[in-house]
Amino acid sequence: MIAFIGRRFSAMIFVLVSISILVFLIFFATPGVDPAARIAGRNADQQTLMQVRHSFELDKPLPVRYLSMMRHLFISRDLTSYVNRGAKVIPQLSQAIPATLSLVIGAAIIWLLFGITFGVLAASSKRKWLDPTISFLGIVGVSLPVFWLGEVVNLVTQSKLHTSVFRWVPPLGYVGLSVNPWQWFLHLIFPWLTLAVLYAGIYVRVLRSEILVVMSEDYIKTERAKGASEKRILYKHATRMSLITIVSLFGLDFGALVGGYALLTEVVFGIQGVGKLTFDSLQNFDLPVIMATVMYASFFVVFMNAVVDVLYAVLDPRVRRA
Amino acid sequence: MALKENSEAIFSESPGKIALRTLRKDKRALFSLAILGFIVAISLLAPIYSHFIAHTDPFNSTLDATTTIGGKVVPVLEPSTTGLGLGVTPIGPTWNLRGYFLGADGQGRDVLARLLYGGRNTLFIGLSAGIICIVLALLIGVVAGYRKGWIDAVLSRLLDVIWAFPVYLLAISLSVVLLTSGLTIGFIHIGPGSFALPIFIIGIVYIPYVARPIRAQVLALREREFVRAAVGIGAKDSTIIFREILPNIVPSILVFIPIIVALCMLTESALSFLSIGVQPPQASWGTIINDGLALLYTRPLVGIAPGLLIVLTAASLNLYGDAVRDALDPKTRARGDA
Repeated sequence: MIAFIGRRFSAMIFVLVSISILVFLIFFATPGVDPAARIAGRNADQQTLMQVRHSFELDKPLPVRYLSMMRHLFISRDLTSYVNRGAKVIPQLSQAIPATLSLVIGAAIIWLLFGITFGVLAASSKRKWLDPTISFLGIVGVSLPVFWLGEVVNLVTQSKLHTSVFRWVPPLGYVGLSVNPWQWFLHLIFPWLTLAVLYAGIYVRVLRSEILVVMSEDYIKTERAKGASEKRILYKHATRMSLITIVSLFGLDFGALVGGYALLTEVVFGIQGVGKLTFDSLQNFDLPVIMATVMYASFFVVFMNAVVDVLYAVLDPRVRRA
Repeated sequence: MALKENSEAIFSESPGKIALRTLRKDKRALFSLAILGFIVAISLLAPIYSHFIAHTDPFNSTLDATTTIGGKVVPVLEPSTTGLGLGVTPIGPTWNLRGYFLGADGQGRDVLARLLYGGRNTLFIGLSAGIICIVLALLIGVVAGYRKGWIDAVLSRLLDVIWAFPVYLLAISLSVVLLTSGLTIGFIHIGPGSFALPIFIIGIVYIPYVARPIRAQVLALREREFVRAAVGIGAKDSTIIFREILPNIVPSILVFIPIIVALCMLTESALSFLSIGVQPPQASWGTIINDGLALLYTRPLVGIAPGLLIVLTAASLNLYGDAVRDALDPKTRARGDA
């Protein structure tokens, strides 16, 4: 087990280093792209370009710049923004994290609740209309573009109905949990629901088909032959077994969302989270911020990936040897 | 009775034929194909609509255009009557196919005409990206699974890295870099406005989703008796791959196609919505939603209509994918009897 975790950990470091190099190369070594021109603006003259190259250390060789950026990011932790010279990157990032965490955790609770309840219902219900209905809603859920859904939600809650039914909905934005818990909740309720729709759709579909697969396994037949009740088979065996898949799926989705995948939701609802920070810095070509957010994002994804793998190994000993 | 049906099926039809017959009888497949066919057809008719019916140019802003409603000539961009009376409000839906059926956007362009042209672009990019993704994933998956050894190790690590890179961040990073200056590799130059960029970017980010399961399947197939037998009689690698392994992966590929195309389409509209996908004056459903953002509270239809089309298309693709999976997977068919 310890050897397994060790192997997993070194793979994790490898992936993280590769990603940081990849991001660096995308921005500094893509053929035909001159970062100095991007930083200096469209109509910069030759002299300004030279100056920019010098002050941003763009005239040094790639490996030197890469190592210097990594040193500032991880060791001295004083990496500064290209756009707001002097603004430190790490505080910017740590300010954005609580908003993203609030958004993602709330949404996750909603989608797990709906996804698991309806997934089990769809797979087990004796009522004939229920399974097709839930499956259909699941398909609609996975097909909704989240940014569009967010806009429609804003249209409904912030426009004409804002003076009557939705008077209680605050304007777009984010209020910290420690500032005002009730306002925090009110500001986030619609972003939560919007973000949860897609994932609830995915989880319903996955759980339903997983339960159906498990239900056709031999050990379920054995249970039936032993005279176990259908209820016991469904919850004790089929659902429990299928939840392993859900756990691993959840690890990946949660990691990705906390890492900035919730960007579209954050943009539409005006939440200053990690995704929004990344997006804004991408527009300004603010590479140090991008590097920090991407490293942070992929750390979460890779970390959750590793957690899921270890969890899998705990649950299923066969994996350890692979 | 059941036995008779079964034995008939065994003697008369190949698995592919059985699947095709199941699919033909599946109401979901028929329904989703009908919707997809309709959306593709109206998108392809975009030039005919804008040239011969609405007589508008959906790519140029026409700030002083006029249209006739009930015999009266009215400007397409009406001076705003709300708030400070500044700015203009585009005309709302006329529900008349001769012009501005769904109204105009902020630049006085016919929304329906742009919607149809946008559909062509969204569908084209989604489909091309999906095909590129599946072809490359198939190549990587088969080579990694079949060759094993260090080639597999290198390719798998590569997939790990793309997998751990959040999809939108990768797509956005590539788009931001490439869309301003284009891409130059040697003497090949791809212009910043070219559709090739979003197509390749979107195609590449989803490769691990397809390549990983395919690699696992090839690894398992390699150990099966019929492949060993082929190796035993001294068949060439190419023969084994094309005659023994690929035919067994076809079902998975068929299931992946509609799902991946739907994913690519949704990603395209997301990138275009963030204005790093399709570039103006070209339209896609994502860019129109973005155009509609400023008009959300005055002319909501501009932003809502393209979204509805996205949902309809993506849902049809996913529904069709479900039907294909059920038709190809004998396990699900058996489940019906259990």
